[in-house]
Amino acid sequence: MGNRCAVIGVGQTHYTTKRRDVSIAGLVREAALRALEDAGLSFKDIDAVVIGKAPDLFEGVMMPESYLADALGAAGKPMMRVHTAGSVGGSTALVGASLIQGGVHDRVLVVAFEKQSESNATWALSTHLPFSASLVVGAGGYFAPHIREYMRRSGAPDHIGTLVAVKDRLNALKNPYAHLKIPGIDQKMVESTPMLWEPIRYLETCPSSDGACAMVLSSESKVTGTPAWVHGTAMRSEPIFRAGRDTVSPQAGKDCAADVYSQAGITDPRRQIDVAETYVPFSWYEPMWLENLGFAADGEGWKLTESGATALDGDTPWNASGGVLSSNPIGASGLIRFAEAALQVRGMAGEHQVDGARTALGHAYGGGAQFFAMWIVGRERP
Amino acid sequence: MRDVAIVAFAQTRHTDHDAGQTEPELILPVIDEVKERTGLKRFGFTCSGSCDYLAGAPFSFVSALDALGAWPPISESHVEMDGAWALYEAWVRLQHGDIDSALVYGFGKSSLGDLNTIMTIQLDPYYLAPLGLDLLSYAALQAGAVGADRKELDEIVRRSRADGRANPYALDLPDPDGEDFAVQPLKKTDVPPITDGAAAIVLAAGDLARELCPNPAYIRGIAHRIEPHYLGMRDLSTSASAADAARAAGVGKGPVEVAELHAQFPHEEIILRRALELPGETVINPSGGPLAANPVMATGLIRIGEAARRILDGDASRTVGHAAGGPCLQHNLVTVLEA
Repeated sequence: MGNRCAVIGVGQTHYTTKRRDVSIAGLVREAALRALEDAGLSFKDIDAVVIGKAPDLFEGVMMPESYLADALGAAGKPMMRVHTAGSVGGSTALVGASLIQGGVHDRVLVVAFEKQSESNATWALSTHLPFSASLVVGAGGYFAPHIREYMRRSGAPDHIGTLVAVKDRLNALKNPYAHLKIPGIDQKMVESTPMLWEPIRYLETCPSSDGACAMVLSSESKVTGTPAWVHGTAMRSEPIFRAGRDTVSPQAGKDCAADVYSQAGITDPRRQIDVAETYVPFSWYEPMWLENLGFAADGEGWKLTESGATALDGDTPWNASGGVLSSNPIGASGLIRFAEAALQVRGMAGEHQVDGARTALGHAYGGGAQFFAMWIVGRERP
Repeated sequence: MRDVAIVAFAQTRHTDHDAGQTEPELILPVIDEVKERTGLKRFGFTCSGSCDYLAGAPFSFVSALDALGAWPPISESHVEMDGAWALYEAWVRLQHGDIDSALVYGFGKSSLGDLNTIMTIQLDPYYLAPLGLDLLSYAALQAGAVGADRKELDEIVRRSRADGRANPYALDLPDPDGEDFAVQPLKKTDVPPITDGAAAIVLAAGDLARELCPNPAYIRGIAHRIEPHYLGMRDLSTSASAADAARAAGVGKGPVEVAELHAQFPHEEIILRRALELPGETVINPSGGPLAANPVMATGLIRIGEAARRILDGDASRTVGHAAGGPCLQHNLVTVLEA
């Protein structure tokens, strides 16, 4: 898979509903400077910049990489802009890694962001192409029927989604960057919140956040500090309109996982992956992805969630950071998963560190659950 | 670096109006064409370039994927940039050594909106965009900075339109006449036409390139550079990023028979010719260039495709394809192709 690549710096902003104190440029620069500081480097050490974000309509700025080149120290360098829907944060990391694995550069700055307060994401997601009908339902309205179908197939009881919502918010209380910090969160509180798109309640969905995440990626010869080594990378896409497409457990997700596991030598993900940061914007997606990613057999994912296996102190912790349910700057959400996976294997995750984590999965999905990006990072050199 | 070549190129017969096709319908024929030319049905990697604001809705590329028949699922990525940068991403991916083929495409329908106004929101949203500086205004600022001879600009437009008329894929535009200004010093005929279109390219690495095509166009150098966004921070009469990218790609290491430049306005051709240090004997934009067809988001990829086509057809041995992005040539990508 080309040359070795490592994560040597991670930077995040504090995720929150409105960052009125910074422009978009200020936001991405904050994350970038923290990542550089973590790596002990400065902009002059960077060979290229890769930036990712979800649709331009979210902030109303077209091709914002043009405007952000100055703030990210990219002038005089190559700069790329990635956009693969909700999976974009993950894809951005993979394009950055690709530049190193392909032997083109030694050090790449990867940044992803969303400043949702500058616009209205649900509106931006509801406008339709001039030649297709719009449901005007936003993301929750699109995914709710797929969740109901999962419940029907697996026979999962109604409270599983609530368990995930509580677990991830408890983890978020340990993460200094997390957006939603809800002291005293419990099942009863989640169940008391309004139903938005049946079966998704208010506290079973992700917030709208402002925020950015950045990473410094390095070739083997230029590693500084504590590296998280990239053991595998994969992207997969499938068409949104295909009769017979399984939107509950998409084939692209299964194929992407199979590819990244085979590169990293993983045959039993539940046992070999110490911690997973997965894209769970609605709580029910945890049991669904447990099955899609091979951590549980078909129809068994909810049982793993119910057993507490995915809690911070469980045997297969998922979203120790609090996940997308606790912070969702959409374009950055995938990159945060990839960055948190790296922090875990570097042993730098602070209070939400999983003891002895040596191998971690970063996962992101997007579109109509049709775009997937994943990587496996490890403490050891591959 | 691994040997990677362009082995097939296809483009739509571009139109200056909405011909009633959806974006997937625009893309499908060019994808079919490059599949047929190479005999490949599956590719190791697929990457595309497009811009949501042209359609005025998010996720243009989501429905575009339906045109590919991406089943079983494919390894795929997308850049919100001209398809030329999708080609760059695919070239990088092929350098890993584990896959040998890639499909690249770009598409855009600028007939759906008012491109001149849409491009305004590409600018810094706090300081520049509110000024209402539109595409023609900032191009005119650069034209003023170049201070080119009017006769030279007219000749570039006349030559581009004539070449475009001879190119079945470009638009049929008459010889420029009249003195009407769009925004001084740019005349209306200096403005690139609104164009809908798409293009696709197949890349192949190693032995596969020679198996798929008798005359592969090998990518001997490819590089891109961005400059500061703020127009006041640049010398608008030159292009430092184009010059840097050209040096990194090795344009000057040999004679250039044909250069396809992403020059949307005649003064941009002058800037780019100087930045790339192209000698007088290099034939510039024999396809007619963006002044004869400018499907935004595919225009740069088409330049690389047209430069490759000369080699694929056996008519040239060393050519250059160039793509640009951002206001006033802020971002430039240069590709050197050899037989």
